[in-house]
Amino acid sequence: MNSPEMNKIVVKNVFKIFGNRSADALRMIQQNKSKDQVLAETGCVIGVNDLSLSIGSGEIFVIMGLSGSGKSTLVRHINRLIDPTSGEILVDGENILSYDMEALRQFRRHKISMVFQSFGLLPHRTVIENVAYGLKVRGESKAFCAERARHWIDSVDLKGYENKYPHQLSGGMRQRVGLARALAADTDIILMDEAFSALDPLIRAEMQDQLLALQQSLHKTIVFITHDLDEAVQIGNRIAILKDGRLIQVGTPKEILYSPADEYVDRFVRRRVPATLINTQKGV
Amino acid sequence: MFPDSFTFSIANWVNDWVDALVTRYGDVFRQVSDSLLWAIVNLEGLLRMTPWWLMLAIVGGIAWHATRKLFTTAVIVGLLFLVGTVGLWDKLMQTLALMLVATLISVLIGIPLGILSARSNRLRSILMPLLDVMQTLPSFVYLIPVLMLFGLGKVPAIFATVIYAAPPLIRLTDLGIRQVDREVMEAINAFGANRWQQLFGVQLPLALPSIMAGINQTTMMALSMVVIASMIGARGLGEDVLVGIQTLNVGRGLEAGLAIVILAVVIDRITQAYGRPRHEASK
Repeated sequence: MNSPEMNKIVVKNVFKIFGNRSADALRMIQQNKSKDQVLAETGCVIGVNDLSLSIGSGEIFVIMGLSGSGKSTLVRHINRLIDPTSGEILVDGENILSYDMEALRQFRRHKISMVFQSFGLLPHRTVIENVAYGLKVRGESKAFCAERARHWIDSVDLKGYENKYPHQLSGGMRQRVGLARALAADTDIILMDEAFSALDPLIRAEMQDQLLALQQSLHKTIVFITHDLDEAVQIGNRIAILKDGRLIQVGTPKEILYSPADEYVDRFVRRRVPATLINTQKGV
Repeated sequence: MFPDSFTFSIANWVNDWVDALVTRYGDVFRQVSDSLLWAIVNLEGLLRMTPWWLMLAIVGGIAWHATRKLFTTAVIVGLLFLVGTVGLWDKLMQTLALMLVATLISVLIGIPLGILSARSNRLRSILMPLLDVMQTLPSFVYLIPVLMLFGLGKVPAIFATVIYAAPPLIRLTDLGIRQVDREVMEAINAFGANRWQQLFGVQLPLALPSIMAGINQTTMMALSMVVIASMIGARGLGEDVLVGIQTLNVGRGLEAGLAIVILAVVIDRITQAYGRPRHEASK
């Protein structure tokens, strides 16, 4: 990375505990009790456990882990779809946890957008209306919405499908609509929650290439969630590996591949097929 | 035998309460009753004044707009024509007016309540048993106090109909909104949609098939109340069924009964057609 500012998004000591007795559970974790002990005594599930990281402006930051490792929970903290039990989250130096409903709405409208695993498209709206959604919500003029939406539909190669409905499109095309919707909102930060996981391998590779090509000119800050190390290595500038809501290792793809922090990370790395390893080394 | 010392009765307490209500708020209820009556009478007047051929044309137009099927439209118009030919046109219009007002009131109460109940689990847990009571309590039980408050005629009939017919609409509105895909809601939230934009832009349009099914159920249940309504003095097709029973004139009762069924079928087809999501029609 060519030395961008390293603290576009800062996550400080964030805990997220699901359950009614979260205060008790939090105390137990801070006393170093295991997650099974906490579950047995309080009935609370730990989503994110004392996690700190900082994400630089203009990088693709990949958060990786198995299902249940808390990665989807973590990414929803960054736009506050989920509020942490304790901790701090700063975006551009501002503590987003101090925002009230209105400030949060403005933050979501102007600073951060999101792409979802099962697309989250509006089934009753056409492609162009879906892409323009973020702009429409924040009250842009009709002409501006249409112009921007058309531009981004072209950029993701969906020209000609403007007036189709989501159910008329294939999975890959639907996710392009999801991506175009996030890009059209023209926010600095884009969160991508397993955005390509529901797609078949060929389409997925195509989408990864397209994302990288777009990023060349856009320089967005992208937080990308995946459970697939190949994908992480392919697109990530840096990769964070999560297990049971804890951060295990953060580093460039090279660091992860050649000096895995522990046996858990090592297992991920070993599972990779050697051929792909050689290919991606060239790209890294 | 159940021991006498354990028994008690709420009858006196309820009687006193209703009496007090009638003496203290009688005027208010009378005013509500009068304005409602004014609306029904005017609507009824308008429907009965409309020439029969114009009425058939209007219904035909609505049916065509809803179904886009020539055959269905022709059958709907034909069935209504049949009701006219057995001499029940005027009564049909009276029943239609009563039903339209009852449905309108049910919609005005039911949809907002359904929206609120979809938003709050606590409200829902209070509302649902109440709706069960409204649907299962024999209508005569609440007809008596309603009669005391509003007098005989159309207004208590409307009230009884609304109590019976609004619950399915409330339930189906609640269900429709709750069934909106969680990820779609999350997505529009992530783009900063406010409550208004969520409700009118996404939740209501996506719940529309369910809400239309609710309105369909409401109209059907309102029609099933017309005979009971006529017992407390509402005019219309129910009256003929009632007279048929009282005078052992089976034929007359059957004619009116079939006319009610025809009205039900017509309204059912039209509301169901509107309930089908538009974007799937273009598939």
